Amino acid sequence: MTNIFKNDFEILHDDKYIYFDNAATTQRPKQVINAVSEFYRTINSNPLRGLYKWSVKSTAAYENARSKVAEFIGAEDSSEIIFTRNSTESINLIAHSWGLSNIKEGDNITVTILEHHSNLLPWQMVSRVTGASLTFIECSSDGEISDEEILNKIPSNTKLVSAAEISNVLGVRLPIEKISKRAHEVGAVMVVDGAQSAPHKPVDVKALGADFFVFSGHKVMAPMGIGVLYGKLSLLESMPPFLLGGEMIESVSRYDAVFAPVPEKFEAGTVNAAGAVGLAAAIDYVENIGFDIISQREEKLCRLMIEGIKTIPFTKYFGSRIPETHSGIVTFNIEGCHPHDVSSILDTENICIRAGQHCAQPLHEHLGIPASARASMYFYNDESEVERFLEALKKVRSWLGYGN
Amino acid sequence: METKDIYREIINEHNLHPSHHGEISNPTYEMDGVNPSCGDKIKLQFKVDDSGIIEDAVFSGSGCAVSQASCDIMLDLVIGKSREESERITEAFMRMIKGEASDEELEILEEAEALADIAHMPARVKCAVLGWRTMEKIFKENRQ
Repeated sequence: MTNIFKNDFEILHDDKYIYFDNAATTQRPKQVINAVSEFYRTINSNPLRGLYKWSVKSTAAYENARSKVAEFIGAEDSSEIIFTRNSTESINLIAHSWGLSNIKEGDNITVTILEHHSNLLPWQMVSRVTGASLTFIECSSDGEISDEEILNKIPSNTKLVSAAEISNVLGVRLPIEKISKRAHEVGAVMVVDGAQSAPHKPVDVKALGADFFVFSGHKVMAPMGIGVLYGKLSLLESMPPFLLGGEMIESVSRYDAVFAPVPEKFEAGTVNAAGAVGLAAAIDYVENIGFDIISQREEKLCRLMIEGIKTIPFTKYFGSRIPETHSGIVTFNIEGCHPHDVSSILDTENICIRAGQHCAQPLHEHLGIPASARASMYFYNDESEVERFLEALKKVRSWLGYGN
Repeated sequence: METKDIYREIINEHNLHPSHHGEISNPTYEMDGVNPSCGDKIKLQFKVDDSGIIEDAVFSGSGCAVSQASCDIMLDLVIGKSREESERITEAFMRMIKGEASDEELEILEEAEALADIAHMPARVKCAVLGWRTMEKIFKENRQ
């Protein structure tokens, strides 16, 4: 093993396996696993609840993670960071809390056609419950969104716009700054789904124009089950709680309750403190590697993979023609071979890819493809893996009985 | 059986050259089957006579090699049989996929036995059963 970027990832030490499903979830380095383990081994206790030393320490560790996340995405105040389970839960929180109390009949909600189902279904729900319309910003086959689309699909009655910063299918970055500018022009609130961007590029919620920003820890090498919701303090303070119960109250009487201030108001029940500690360790890890190195490596691997795919007959990739804009994601199809068969065949060579619709059914319909195969890379992948992957791809059609 | 052999056995005949792919006019029953996770979409059409014998059946639509081949093998097995027999075969197939079929059940499955090892590929089970589930639904919703 000559790839030093794999050193901290025990699961990647066996060269037999090639892990190209990083857009689904990344691997965790030993620093993250150790941080979680250390929490449970040395200070485990319910944060916020006790007045004894361990609880004070676990509270401090949890709050330290909150500050780290705030800094990581450029939030002004750490109380603007709410810990959730994942991006999906964060978006559901916004939809139920802000959406249902601010959106009404006659209003409009705008999303893009590139959204993951988790940034579509909550808005379908708000639209159904309130009677507000739901409008889609469409993209070209390369994933490009035109200025006219942004202008036309965010009409003046729009109350909320929600868009992914990076598509989980095409890897393309959406023109978030332009979208949020238009959203703010019409007085709408801007939600940015950063599930695919936070692992790959620096995030600055202010520069994005995001009123809300969400991401999942597990896609940035943190444990599963810890996610983030950033919201502007003034918005969060105006919103009703999403879940009700312990640790989110100021005082409770028989028939009433006064809620705790933000962020506790949105963190009912025992929190995932160990997960938050793991997320803090993951952020340290990402920052230590550096986003410049991360994107350099991803760009190089994407170029190699796309150039290779272009030379394989019957095989085509989707999205931008510029490999550097793919954020590690290469989605492709082999003519006559269903992506699930492609994935099963690559699995026999211990290559892990995703196949299907990647929770983006409307985008697949828009692109006119029933399903696709997706190889998604991260900085710890390397050239030899891409080469082995390309060799395996060449064999798929003959496995399926085609003569060439 | 290795994945490679499963593909060899099922794809040669049934995926690339299915015997029952197409559409028929005036079918007695018709139903769509969908695998939401992979986008597989098939349509089954059955011609069943008054005594309940399946005279003819076809499938159309798109899907992976496993779902297409399994569908074609299924129709090979049930054409000419009564709906009761086809329901028995379906039951046997479902048990085989779970790795629970008896020797007798395996016998009535004939060529479909080639799909037994799909049980070792959990991700592909729903591909293998798509046609079978759709046929099951046709007969359940059209009790005589």
